[in-house]
Amino acid sequence: MDLRLDASERGDWTVLHVGGEIDVATAPMLRERLLRLVADGRNHLVVDLEAVDFIDSTGLGVLIGALKRVRINDGDLRLVCSDQRVRKIFDITGLDKVFQILGSVEASVG
Amino acid sequence: MVDAEARGEVVGGSRESADIVELEVPPRPEVVAIARLLIGAIASADPDFDEEREADLRLAVSEACTNAVQAQRRRTTGADDSDDDDGEIPVLVRFLVERGQITVAVRDHAGGFDPATLTPHPVVTDPARLDHEGGLGIPLMQMLADEVAFDPSPGGTTVSMVFQPRSPRTELSDRRTPQ
Repeated sequence: MDLRLDASERGDWTVLHVGGEIDVATAPMLRERLLRLVADGRNHLVVDLEAVDFIDSTGLGVLIGALKRVRINDGDLRLVCSDQRVRKIFDITGLDKVFQILGSVEASVG
Repeated sequence: MVDAEARGEVVGGSRESADIVELEVPPRPEVVAIARLLIGAIASADPDFDEEREADLRLAVSEACTNAVQAQRRRTTGADDSDDDDGEIPVLVRFLVERGQITVAVRDHAGGFDPATLTPHPVVTDPARLDHEGGLGIPLMQMLADEVAFDPSPGGTTVSMVFQPRSPRTELSDRRTPQ
């Protein structure tokens, strides 16, 4: 299974558009890409989950790890997610209070 | 591809009120998606389970299978990401549709695991929580399923989850009037 990953620049922010299903098989791809972005000095990240069909705790773990790394560098990591089915896992785990979750890329880079 | 390696086997059919589907899959990360696909199909075939409950089932099954695959790979190969699959023992996944509820059982052969022995992580709003990337899978299963039981034994662990059609956390305002 493939995870689609495509990064673009929006002002000071680097937006990583993710598509597909994030689970134990695909999360390593996401982790590697985020690590590379941080290693390249991109510490203001938006992870766009609009094209994600599924995410489980393995994916959450990758996002938590990335958030920690950018915060160490005085950066930030925001999420874009308007699909309630994907959003639910953040709500029931309380991670909606840890991540800033926006409804659109435009809102997230404003 | 992985599909060919995941030897799915339907051992039961529709016999009066109970349907049983069993999967025996190699402990590889790729097979978790197959288990999700299957439970999604099973739940969507049952009109009592709406889309949200189907999503709950897919997530809980994903968590249970991920734990089983990872535990067994650690046991079999000594590492989570080793490509050495020699001698791997399958993970067993069993779905039972009976009396309007769906029961999921996932069995690994990783030597037994008791979640009661785990130390809880800090709450998610505690900055120290960011030190832990894992630890959300079992709480998620417990939140999504109506019942969860772990049966650890020296030979492995079976996690069983029972799902009623209604999400236990569904807000009252979201409930539909029964037909």
